[in-house]
Amino acid sequence: MTVTAVDPGLAADARRERRFFLALSLPALFIVGLAAMLPILWIIRQSFLTTGGEYTVGNYEKVLSSGLTWSALITTVELSLGTLAVCILLGTPLALALASARPRMANLLMAFVMLPLWTSILVRTYGWLVLLRREGLVNAALTGSGLTAEPLPLVYNFTGTLIGMIHYMLPLFLLPVYAAMRDIDANLVRAAASMGATLGQVIRTVVLPLSAGGIFSGSTIVFIYTIGFFITPAVLGGGKVNPLSIRIERTLSTFQDWGSASVLGILLLVLMALIGVMFLAARRLMARNKVGAAHA
Amino acid sequence: MKSLPITIDSVRKAYGSYVALDDVSLDVQAGEFLTLLGPSGSGKTTLLMALAGFVRPDSGKLLLGNRDITRLAPNKRDIGIVFQNYALFPHMNVLANVEYPLALRKTPKAQARQQALDTLARVKLEGLAKRNIAALSGGQRQRVALARAIVFEPRVMLMDEPLSALDRNLRETMQYEIRRLHDDLGITTIYVTHDQREALTMSDRVAVMNSGRIQQIDTPQQIYDRPSTRFVAEFMGEANILAPGSARTIDGGDASRETLMIRAESFHLDAKLVGRDGVALEARLCAKAFRGENWLLTLALDDGQEVLVCIPAALASGCAELAAGQRVTAYAPAEKVHAIPGAIA
Repeated sequence: MTVTAVDPGLAADARRERRFFLALSLPALFIVGLAAMLPILWIIRQSFLTTGGEYTVGNYEKVLSSGLTWSALITTVELSLGTLAVCILLGTPLALALASARPRMANLLMAFVMLPLWTSILVRTYGWLVLLRREGLVNAALTGSGLTAEPLPLVYNFTGTLIGMIHYMLPLFLLPVYAAMRDIDANLVRAAASMGATLGQVIRTVVLPLSAGGIFSGSTIVFIYTIGFFITPAVLGGGKVNPLSIRIERTLSTFQDWGSASVLGILLLVLMALIGVMFLAARRLMARNKVGAAHA
Repeated sequence: MKSLPITIDSVRKAYGSYVALDDVSLDVQAGEFLTLLGPSGSGKTTLLMALAGFVRPDSGKLLLGNRDITRLAPNKRDIGIVFQNYALFPHMNVLANVEYPLALRKTPKAQARQQALDTLARVKLEGLAKRNIAALSGGQRQRVALARAIVFEPRVMLMDEPLSALDRNLRETMQYEIRRLHDDLGITTIYVTHDQREALTMSDRVAVMNSGRIQQIDTPQQIYDRPSTRFVAEFMGEANILAPGSARTIDGGDASRETLMIRAESFHLDAKLVGRDGVALEARLCAKAFRGENWLLTLALDDGQEVLVCIPAALASGCAELAAGQRVTAYAPAEKVHAIPGAIA
């Protein structure tokens, strides 16, 4: 809202206030600028240097022509998309249940959901290792009950990594979705029901469209986190699951190749930017098509 | 469109120790416009929500025509509802909102569109079909909510304080339009409000509610002139409740062994305007106020009871000269004096 025709004294006050707020934000801007932008610039410079310190595009040629890079890229995207898909499938109904529960019940359930977030990721990841390994609890239950004859390979592979990542991401996906659903006016749901909508139709035509913003935010968070995930694939992947983050670490620790690692890092940045742009575009498209969505 | 009568039979609803509906029974005739009137917390909205299916009564029965709907799911009741905050879908435009109930009923698209456009025309919103809900004024939203509630030809309509968010002038226009719409469609309507003037203006009958009970159901005139309880008398306007023995007849006799209700505007200061069978009150003038169309006088009886007297400006030639402390006699015609049955003063 803009204020027109204000008293000049008030306008001066408002200007002073804006300058003051800007001044308050400077430390944060400084840290973001210094701690985020400088290293990125440094990495970009590094990606064009040989180990001897001369300028080259050789790092790019080497990294981009390697099959390992592309399979790492595919693994990264597979892990992110897989985590996202399961988060949407599990998290959306959970958010719906939380949003429609009575306040006391909702708080209790929320505490359960949030509990894992207060535990170190390392502890949780090793916890999964205990549960999922060959002699672990899950396999003991499966073979003991006769559901499977042989223990299933649940860990040191893609499945195990995915389970660990989903476990980490689900609460973070849930929060914005839950917030969006809780903000939906209960009378909208009642109105839809009074006009004849079944529960399924209410969810499809009212609840989901109105919480799409939250689902988008949750999905963005899942992507941003999972694209750079390191600990979970390192522990639960057993060396067989190698996303870009692991390739970067290995390039550095095994080969001390800063140039190639920098190129991989830039690849990760580009991937994130691409996905960011895709999300923004999808969101804008949704906003434009939001009208005229009646046919149930 | 065939509308249905509604029967509410001994409905009770309690939330813990708080009784929201205390054995409420009410018959609404087919095509009637009935208003539930009461202060907040009187149970009127709870009763409406029970009819809509969003509140399940602890006991009692709700009938739509001959059909028992007490335990029927809300989406199977075929009742049009206008919510207090309109409850329009913000992610759909005007047309999509109005088409929504038709889409649920699998009405063919072209027919649904035509029906929605016709209904929008009926509520004077033609031309706004493609508008976003956020771009509408309060009055326009109200009309969309109305259109959406009637487009699927429900046989009963419920309205929960639909005009409370509008400013006064618009509210009066909409009162008239809602009533006109009701008369056109002949749809049985239950309307909830806490505004007594709105209830009197719009309704065939008014049910006054307080603390979960219906105090009185009657025509607006009866409710206003012949309240059956002290609560109804005082809720409906400037009522003077007089203890037994406070008034005498104009010719000097004792007027009452009962509690009397006389509206402020029923008084005259001139005995000639009243006739021999009215009542008279001897009092002292405490205060007077000129309100444009009338004078409001505050009188004190000898036993200390205060009485409000409202004299239309056209008949109040002497009011300007009255001074505080002066003795006056206020007269009311017999037909405007109402004995409240069983009231304890």
